[in-house]
Amino acid sequence: MAKPVAIVGQIILYGAFAAFIGYFATAPTYKQIADDVALIKLSMSHLGGRECRKRTPEELAKLPPNMRAPLDCPRGRSDIKLLLELDGKPMFETVMHPTGLSKDGVSTVYKRFEVKAGTYKLAVKMNANLVLNHDFNFVKEAQVTLKPAEILVIDFNPDRGGLFFQSAEKK
Amino acid sequence: MHAVLRGSAQTLFERSENFFDASFGGADNPLRHLGALGLFCLWILVATGLYLYTVLDTSIEGVYSSIDWLSHEQWYLGGVLRSLHRYASDAFVLVMILHLLREWAYGRYHGFRFYSWITGVPLIWLAYVSGIGGYWITWDRLAQFSAIATTELLDWLPIFSEPSARNFLTPDSISDRFFTVLVFIHIGVPLMLILGLWAHVNRISRVDYLPSRRVMLGTLASFLILAAITPALSDAPADLALVPAEIRLDWFILFLHPLTDITSPAAVWSLIFGATILLFVLPFLPHPAAAPIAVVDPANCNGCSRCHVDCPYEAITMAPHPDKPNHRIAIVDADHCAACGICAGACPSSTPFRSQETLVTGIDMPQQPVDVLRRQLEARVARLSGRTKLVVFGCDKGADVTALNSADTATLSLICTGMLPPSFIEYALRSGVDGIVVTGCRDGGCDFRLGMEWTRERLARSREPRLRSLVPLDRLQLAPASRHDGMQLAAAVSAFRTRLENQTAANTRPPAFSRRKIHHG
Repeated sequence: MAKPVAIVGQIILYGAFAAFIGYFATAPTYKQIADDVALIKLSMSHLGGRECRKRTPEELAKLPPNMRAPLDCPRGRSDIKLLLELDGKPMFETVMHPTGLSKDGVSTVYKRFEVKAGTYKLAVKMNANLVLNHDFNFVKEAQVTLKPAEILVIDFNPDRGGLFFQSAEKK
Repeated sequence: MHAVLRGSAQTLFERSENFFDASFGGADNPLRHLGALGLFCLWILVATGLYLYTVLDTSIEGVYSSIDWLSHEQWYLGGVLRSLHRYASDAFVLVMILHLLREWAYGRYHGFRFYSWITGVPLIWLAYVSGIGGYWITWDRLAQFSAIATTELLDWLPIFSEPSARNFLTPDSISDRFFTVLVFIHIGVPLMLILGLWAHVNRISRVDYLPSRRVMLGTLASFLILAAITPALSDAPADLALVPAEIRLDWFILFLHPLTDITSPAAVWSLIFGATILLFVLPFLPHPAAAPIAVVDPANCNGCSRCHVDCPYEAITMAPHPDKPNHRIAIVDADHCAACGICAGACPSSTPFRSQETLVTGIDMPQQPVDVLRRQLEARVARLSGRTKLVVFGCDKGADVTALNSADTATLSLICTGMLPPSFIEYALRSGVDGIVVTGCRDGGCDFRLGMEWTRERLARSREPRLRSLVPLDRLQLAPASRHDGMQLAAAVSAFRTRLENQTAANTRPPAFSRRKIHHG
């Protein structure tokens, strides 16, 4: 039978164990961003363009009937150039490279930027085929108002007209 | 540098354990049973997790509401079980890290312990994968924060063709299937953890799958009180259009996220992989050469299998005897053998009463054969003088007994106290010694796991080889003492001597015995 003093010791030590677990299970609280900050997430996954050549009738005739595709396309994809501007000033610029050993996969980017909540003129420009184009062939510009803690997503989806912004209010 | 650091950590652990002993005693001291305590937390997680799984709705809306319902509508059962699940997971991580540090501090990561150490390292990864994934299932703001932070961290590695964080880009990014997969992972990974734990303890015998009943009750009571005072609750539902404001972070499991924020994914992965590699490499660093392992003498092994039963590391198996038909012989596995000598203490042939000039036993330690023990005992007993002559048997891992050497006190330090055949106690008493003190590591603190436990049982005559009944127990004192308990041991020896001197009862000394040739020089 344990002595009373030992029992008291056990209660204190188990209590300290419980307090330690209980405190660090939820505290101290953590703030990822300041109160007056919003987040812009630039995230895209897109196949770069490629330069295809139209096969001549002679070339097509030489091919087996089941392989007579009118276009001869290289496997590799072009890099994609991307520029993000905030209030007319460049905020981020990158060249996205295609994934895969044969450079035939999607080009991707995922970046997040913390900005003070407020109204900005936001522009994102993309050249999806550096072989064919010298200018940005996709451009999206808009005035956006970002509330504190709001996340604005910049993405690309051909079905949604190319580049688009998406924030708390779904568009 | 490493040796100094490890030595300091060992001292810190030893002093903490001794401090805890004052309240808990060795058998119920949680610090001395961290592995078993971790397993207890895991069993709580499994039991509570089964219930939580039955009520979980894995749809996007349902996953949050079904868990939140537990805390508010069924707080008396589901809410308590949810809290137990959370606090047991935190305790599991805490105990796991303490267990790792303790084994490192005591140098239990190389030699025969190599296998247990190496198999333990992947379990840390599995524990964290389980823990982090578990937090996502609630799909509240904390889950949202953790899911995004984890995938952003994973995306730094070149393993996905598309950033996995895109799965949490907008509110419509995830589907119901995500939580089905998540639950599958949260069940599958802990199952792998349990399988890994089986491998982790595979090379030790008599595994403590659970701590003592008192430790279990104390730990469970701690969790229940926590559940009552601060029940585990969800934050607001996840909203991928907003950054979670203040997050009530679980620092035991999710500490990597803020660490990534204040450093970088590269720094965190360097830390994770660096720590993992360090743990794997640690056993390969230069260490003192391993002690010689136990050696079986076929002529003296009668196949009784006591060594096989008592070995704490399953290093001994029994096989057909090569020379004696219908007999078995002990076989020592060199990779498993801890060189503790507990087998020599268990061998019935290790009795000093045998008349052989050179005492050869069935299984013995080359670095400290029982023949040498008998010679040392005889020589030291012969030199004793004074009113009350004592012999102190100790252990190299416990308190240093040589400090007690004096004209009326002889000492013998063994590899482990479990190496002491009880017949040596009888032999010393019948050779004219007045009392015997047996010391060794404190309860629950035996460096070779079971040495003191077996010794205690052998001296209590409840385990073979038993102390014979003609040995009076009032002339025997068991005094466990750790490395730092030298003064307490000296005090215990002194008190024992005083008790013997004041003993007015009839002489309980066993009949004298003198071997035919007692002096070997």
